[in-house]
Amino acid sequence: MSDPTVAAMALTELPTKQSFFKPHRIVLMVIAAVLVFCIVWFMRWDWVPKYSGRLVYGVGVTLMLLFVTSILGFLLALPIGLVQVTGPWPLKMLAKGFCTIVRGTPLLLQLWLLYYGLGSLFPQFPEIRNSFLWPYLREAWPYGVAALTISFAAYEGEVMRGAFAGVPPGELEAARAYGMSPFTVFRRIWLPRAIHRALPTLNGETVLQLKATPLVATITVIDVYAVVSKVRQETYITYEPLLLLALIYLCLTALLVVGFRYFESRIPTRGA
Amino acid sequence: MADAGSLINWSLLALNPPGWGGVLLGGLWQSVQIAIGGYALGLVLGTGGAMGKLYGGPVTKDLLEVYTTLVRAVPELVLILILYYAGTDVLNRLSNAAGWGPVDISGLAAGIFVIGVVQGAYSTEVLRGAIKAVPAGQIEAARAYGMSPVQIMRRITLPAMLPHAIPGLSNLWLIATKDTALLAVVGFSELTLVTRQAAGSTKAYLLFFCAAGALYLMITLVSNVLIGFIERHYRRGMPETVR
Repeated sequence: MSDPTVAAMALTELPTKQSFFKPHRIVLMVIAAVLVFCIVWFMRWDWVPKYSGRLVYGVGVTLMLLFVTSILGFLLALPIGLVQVTGPWPLKMLAKGFCTIVRGTPLLLQLWLLYYGLGSLFPQFPEIRNSFLWPYLREAWPYGVAALTISFAAYEGEVMRGAFAGVPPGELEAARAYGMSPFTVFRRIWLPRAIHRALPTLNGETVLQLKATPLVATITVIDVYAVVSKVRQETYITYEPLLLLALIYLCLTALLVVGFRYFESRIPTRGA
Repeated sequence: MADAGSLINWSLLALNPPGWGGVLLGGLWQSVQIAIGGYALGLVLGTGGAMGKLYGGPVTKDLLEVYTTLVRAVPELVLILILYYAGTDVLNRLSNAAGWGPVDISGLAAGIFVIGVVQGAYSTEVLRGAIKAVPAGQIEAARAYGMSPVQIMRRITLPAMLPHAIPGLSNLWLIATKDTALLAVVGFSELTLVTRQAAGSTKAYLLFFCAAGALYLMITLVSNVLIGFIERHYRRGMPETVR
């Protein structure tokens, strides 16, 4: 997926203070305030204190999933992107095929394939049932982590391929002329430059990953989405929990964007 | 441990019952219908949204900004739930108020509506970027010729922005086909949900999920070929760029 598409699907920038306050916005803000007041006043929010503990726990699970799968997925994406640029052709084809298959099928289907498919296959092997992994494989979250990691690796692998290929060859030649070993070139020049190039897209991909995490609720992982579904089932309230859920995700996305902006500002650029 | 021959029971995929192949293809057809409908609705919303964001008044711009921000920051699954329940609820109340009694909204229409609203925000952003990539001199020249805004749009802006928009729009089409799977969560029997039902009743989970994956992959690969043709057609005369 190209960079502009990711930006079109994931929020990657926040309004600045200078551009935010304009005369007509005062009217809009008053209308918004009235709307928020109506929502708070006329809708039912008495369930929030009772479930607040579980909601906080759910947010924690969601963030945990996001960070673990993004980091693991990114580490997996580095070799996937690299072999597509320099690797021998069997590895190249393998990485390309992996990206095509994962990017060509819905995440929900992959998740169910892993959870129901592998989950029904594993118990047939006594070796697996007797291994130390079995207590984990009986739970749902390893499958959720695996599916999200694979999906992030495939999308990010494609991004990293472009980023690795886009590093100016002159910089790599200069490093080689200094007598650096291939690994040193990779560690000092190629990787940092590629990550720098990929950072804006990485921001968008991470937001997209956050937007993908609620799918794990369909395989009984209790994230914030699952907590809200539980609230809806137990209290028969239709809209209020969903509105709160949307607000929670909005805040999480904003936090991610702020975090990435901090990272991007830390990297020195020419002329800045 | 059973041997491989009994692990894969290919007759389960037969087109006629007791095979489930026909059911899967029916689900695929539903998915494709929703994807096409939702994508088309999204394009209409997106064109309007992009125009509004670029040429609209300050209030229009702000409202559209709220729309695209919300859709880009909140998971599709949550949006689909909200739109699915709120949309059918609002329609029912409206029709009750008009005295027609409760209306029965088809799952297909509701699915197209929710996918369309989500896609609308994405294509607003894609089209806005593409329109901004049209050199300002071309639009000024058209204005200097005395063309009306509608004529400028039809003759200059839309044709000139298409090559810039096609990569983004083709990605959105692929997203739309995959987003239809999310409707399984609200109980609409598209490909993913019927696959789960088939797998659940035959216990052949791996076989059915792989089969459905192959069908989705087929949509993607066929789309990629078609997109290649369209892109080559609309990029003719453009300078070659490194992709």
